[in-house]
Amino acid sequence: MTDAPALRARSEQLAAPLPALLARAEHLSASVVLGDHGRRRAGLGDTFWQYRSAIPSDDARRIDWRRSARSDTSFVHEKEWQIAQTVGVWVDHSASMRFASSRGQPTKADRAQLLALAATILLLRGGERVGCLESATPPRRGNAQATEIAAQFGVEDPNEFGTPPAASLTRAARVLLVSDFFGDIAATEAAIATAAKNGSTGVLLQVVDPQEEEFPFAGRTIFESPSNTIRHETRRAAALRDRYLERLAQRRDRLEASAKAAGWTFGIHRTDQSPAAGLMWLYQTIEAAR
Amino acid sequence: MVTLGPIGFVAPWLLLGLLALPILWILLRAVPPAPLRRRFPAIALLIGLRDEDAETDRTPWWLLLLRMLAVAGLILGLSGPVINPRVDLPSSGPLLILADASWADARTWEARRDRIGNLIDDAERSGRQVALATLTATPGLLEFRAPELVRQELPGLQPNPWSPMLSDWTKEIGNAGASFDTAWLSDGIDHAGRADLARALAEKGSLTVYEIPQTTFGLLPPRFEDGTITLSALRTRADAEAVLSVAAIGPDPAGSETVLATVDASFATGETSADIGFSLPAELRNRITRFEATGQRSAASVVMVDDSLRRREIGLIAASGDREGLELLSPLHYLRQALAPNADIVDGSFDDLLLANPDVIVMADVATLAEAESEALIKWIEDGGLLVRFAGPRLAAANIDPGTDDPLLPVRLRAGGRSVGGAMSWGDPKQLAPFPEGTPFAGLAVPEEVTVTTQVMAQPDPTLADRVIAQLTDGTPLVTRKPMGAGSVVLFHVTANSEWSNLPLSGLFVQMLERLAVLGMRPLDDMTELAGTTWLPAVVLTAEGRAERVDTLPSVTGERLATGVVGADMPPGLYAGQDRKLAVNVLPQDATLAAAVWPAGTRVEGISASVEHPLGGWLLGFAALALLTDLLATMGLSGRFRGAAAGLGLAVFALFPAPAPLSAQTDDAFAIAATSGVVLAHVLTGDSRVDDTAAAGLRGLSDVLFLRTSIEPAEPIGVDIESDELSFFPLLYWPISDAQPLPSRDAYAKLNRYLRSGGLILFDTRDADRAGFGSATSEGRMLQAIARGLDIPPLEPVPSDHVLTRTFYLLQDFPGRYAGREIWVEASPPGAAQSEGMPFRNLNDGVTPVIIGGNDWASAWATDDLGVPLFRVGRGSAGDRQREIAFRFGVNVVMHVLTGNYKSDQVHVPALLDRLGQ
Repeated sequence: MTDAPALRARSEQLAAPLPALLARAEHLSASVVLGDHGRRRAGLGDTFWQYRSAIPSDDARRIDWRRSARSDTSFVHEKEWQIAQTVGVWVDHSASMRFASSRGQPTKADRAQLLALAATILLLRGGERVGCLESATPPRRGNAQATEIAAQFGVEDPNEFGTPPAASLTRAARVLLVSDFFGDIAATEAAIATAAKNGSTGVLLQVVDPQEEEFPFAGRTIFESPSNTIRHETRRAAALRDRYLERLAQRRDRLEASAKAAGWTFGIHRTDQSPAAGLMWLYQTIEAAR
Repeated sequence: MVTLGPIGFVAPWLLLGLLALPILWILLRAVPPAPLRRRFPAIALLIGLRDEDAETDRTPWWLLLLRMLAVAGLILGLSGPVINPRVDLPSSGPLLILADASWADARTWEARRDRIGNLIDDAERSGRQVALATLTATPGLLEFRAPELVRQELPGLQPNPWSPMLSDWTKEIGNAGASFDTAWLSDGIDHAGRADLARALAEKGSLTVYEIPQTTFGLLPPRFEDGTITLSALRTRADAEAVLSVAAIGPDPAGSETVLATVDASFATGETSADIGFSLPAELRNRITRFEATGQRSAASVVMVDDSLRRREIGLIAASGDREGLELLSPLHYLRQALAPNADIVDGSFDDLLLANPDVIVMADVATLAEAESEALIKWIEDGGLLVRFAGPRLAAANIDPGTDDPLLPVRLRAGGRSVGGAMSWGDPKQLAPFPEGTPFAGLAVPEEVTVTTQVMAQPDPTLADRVIAQLTDGTPLVTRKPMGAGSVVLFHVTANSEWSNLPLSGLFVQMLERLAVLGMRPLDDMTELAGTTWLPAVVLTAEGRAERVDTLPSVTGERLATGVVGADMPPGLYAGQDRKLAVNVLPQDATLAAAVWPAGTRVEGISASVEHPLGGWLLGFAALALLTDLLATMGLSGRFRGAAAGLGLAVFALFPAPAPLSAQTDDAFAIAATSGVVLAHVLTGDSRVDDTAAAGLRGLSDVLFLRTSIEPAEPIGVDIESDELSFFPLLYWPISDAQPLPSRDAYAKLNRYLRSGGLILFDTRDADRAGFGSATSEGRMLQAIARGLDIPPLEPVPSDHVLTRTFYLLQDFPGRYAGREIWVEASPPGAAQSEGMPFRNLNDGVTPVIIGGNDWASAWATDDLGVPLFRVGRGSAGDRQREIAFRFGVNVVMHVLTGNYKSDQVHVPALLDRLGQ
């Protein structure tokens, strides 16, 4: 069980050094919401756009008296029209993610949550609306939403492997899926397909343990799944290594192919890498996609 | 205990456990290593993967073998195996411990004494009475006593430099009443009567012989043959080739003993003797005092040399010859013929002759000498030279003033001389009268045919009668002699050729010269000559082969000396008689050496081999190691090895000993290390405890120097005096350990060079707690043995104004761990006197080359790396004070070495007076 305030604090710490991340704004009228992405035209927003002469149809309270007092005509203070992006985040909380190969390393779930929440905080700081994909947390803005999402991350999934929910928050949202993707690959593909159908694009981040990456085993071994439902016994684990790595590569190829087909991005993060590297990759991915 | 060859088992029944090994093999084979359970989330990827090759479930054979060995080692280890188990002697009745204690034992005497100690311990354990006797001692009543009483005699037990008196002991044993068991520590040499004594002992009870299977070497007395000194080396065993290096030892020109020549004797396989020859110039040959086989340490490996090897140097002077070419008429021809076989003849001008300092100068028909020559000659005679003069026409014609007394003539001569028996004279040629008693020629037969026709005549004189040592039948003097200082002048009143008499043609002439000690002593052909004479031992050999000057031993009769057999009443050495010295050596000229042969059935054991070595610990250790290896191997097999490997590897490496400490190497690295700073050095003695203490001590002293003075020494170095260069070190600390070997000849040369070139050796016998007046310790004896070859000046105890007392600190005591004896330094010059008002004498004496003491300074200085003292010094604060003074002494010594007599300069007087509070 992850301590939510602590997780938030660490995520804040990690997010602090990065510049505000601004998700790509897309012109989707249905999801136009007041946000920080300027539309280069006057509208609702926070930042100053222009002063224009008041016309009779303007409401009297919209007249900017300070500007109007310096001349004979009345002026209206117009602001730039700004929109916000909706981002849906899903982090795998299944038993498979609660694994760390050695004592000094974080579990995959821990690292996944950290990365996801750090990205969330960046997005929130950039004025985006962020929500959880699988739960009832609707996308909102503001720092309070980060606390909300961190609390959601604490909920554990009793299943062996997690599958991303096939639902989308809104149309044309951004989706961030963080998992080890060792579960049913068809479910993942279905989720991508559903989201893509809604016009959403996204990022798949596979978080793996170094042991899963290298398979450093030898001798007689019984492999057990995290919740002990699946077993596999071998007499010479070392002999399995090549075939295992081949299968791993195949799975990644398949994930990457389906991601590419939907215009998504697929990335890998190892828990023995620095979390900043993972966050940087996320940042760059979103920047590049913009 | 059950024994299998050299191995015994304390608990042999446990060995039955070995029978269970095959069962264990089958059991272990059937059980494969347990599988490892792993959580692995990516298991989904593994599902459906089959093992390619079906590896056997069984344990690999090498792992099985390892486990078998471990278990076998465990069983064997627990069954208590012992190498060389001490098989107890029959443990009842009295035990006689006999030791040969002869010269051949000296080399290994420590081991023998330890073995005797073990035997006494065993006897004490089994409650037996013990008698201890050495066979070189005179047989006495065997007294069986309690072992603890006998043990007190053990330290005083010493080998003697003669052979065991086996026949006497056989008699004594035969007379002994009770029966007893015997343990006999033999020297391994076949002395006559050994088997008899063994049989006599076997009759009394069981006999066990302890022997060291070693080869013993001996040297036979030297002979002089054809210009070379020949001597034979012997050995007891002929089973392999061997080389024995024999050194001729004698004084060098400065008077200190040195090795004059070294020759290797090579024994071929199967040969027990080897001849070697020393071909040396007469000058060197005459200086030889003894031959020594190096590295043997026994009395038989040293032969003393007496006068028989000495060849006299004789200078011949004749009047300037005007009869060139007439060889047979040369005044010196017959002298040359007579002298050449037995002496070295020196020719040359008068001045050159005296410089060569011959033993004898013969002047044939030389009438007058220049005044300077005459004075030099008189001085030479008074220093012990022998001048032999022959008359001749010149001497007869010399116009000697009758009123003066020529000091170089024994009698005053009448001018002219006389001639008898010639064509122009009356009378017959005169014959020689028999030699009277009391003259040097007494006893020589006078041949009839020797006649004298012409001679010079002596003036009648009150002293004439005393000086005549040979005369003619008519009573006229023929040979006269006059003592002068330590030497004498002898005049033959005839010529040295056959002009005046036919004496030089006869054999009598040679005998007379011999009697006059003109010729060197020939070896005694006939020992009966010794009858009735008395001989005093001057130098005596110890069993270890050390020559010791003695003046307290009783004299030996000539008859005893003639037997040539050394014994308690006649130890080997040099015996001085009236006019010559005789060497008595352990091995006579006809001696042989052979290994001891024991009667069949005698039990012979080694001396050191009987130390028990329990093997149990080693085997159990092996088993533990094998099990550890098995653990690692099993982990490796089942894939649990990663991670654990690093830790285990570290643990295993930690078990290995640290690399050896910095030992001096004769290469550039050593030179650089030794010269990169001031480095204090200590001599490696081979005794690791002493060496470690010395290293720690010098480290402690270096730290103190670093803290308190401007000397900043580097890490101290232990030097091997045999192989390392010494000249890099200002100071050598030399702790004396009785275990260390004597330096070789090269090492001595190096040490002497070191001492002469300003080095300082601080000898520390470390025995100030035990040594005192009149009691020598083994370290003290070792120091004497080491210092014998060193060029050490006269010493004196440190005077109170020695510069050592003020080079840095003002000191009057020099304690180390012990505050005992005084320490010795080079003596100050005799003329030094203290001037008025000065606290010390004005001594410009340089650095003393040695400091000798026994206060164990290194122990007082020794600190560990943290600066904590390693050894206790004294008690409480007084001990701390003593350690402080010891450090101050060390500082002063190093300062003394580095600054010389700087503080001896009078310019420091005011400051020193001020500090002294005067």
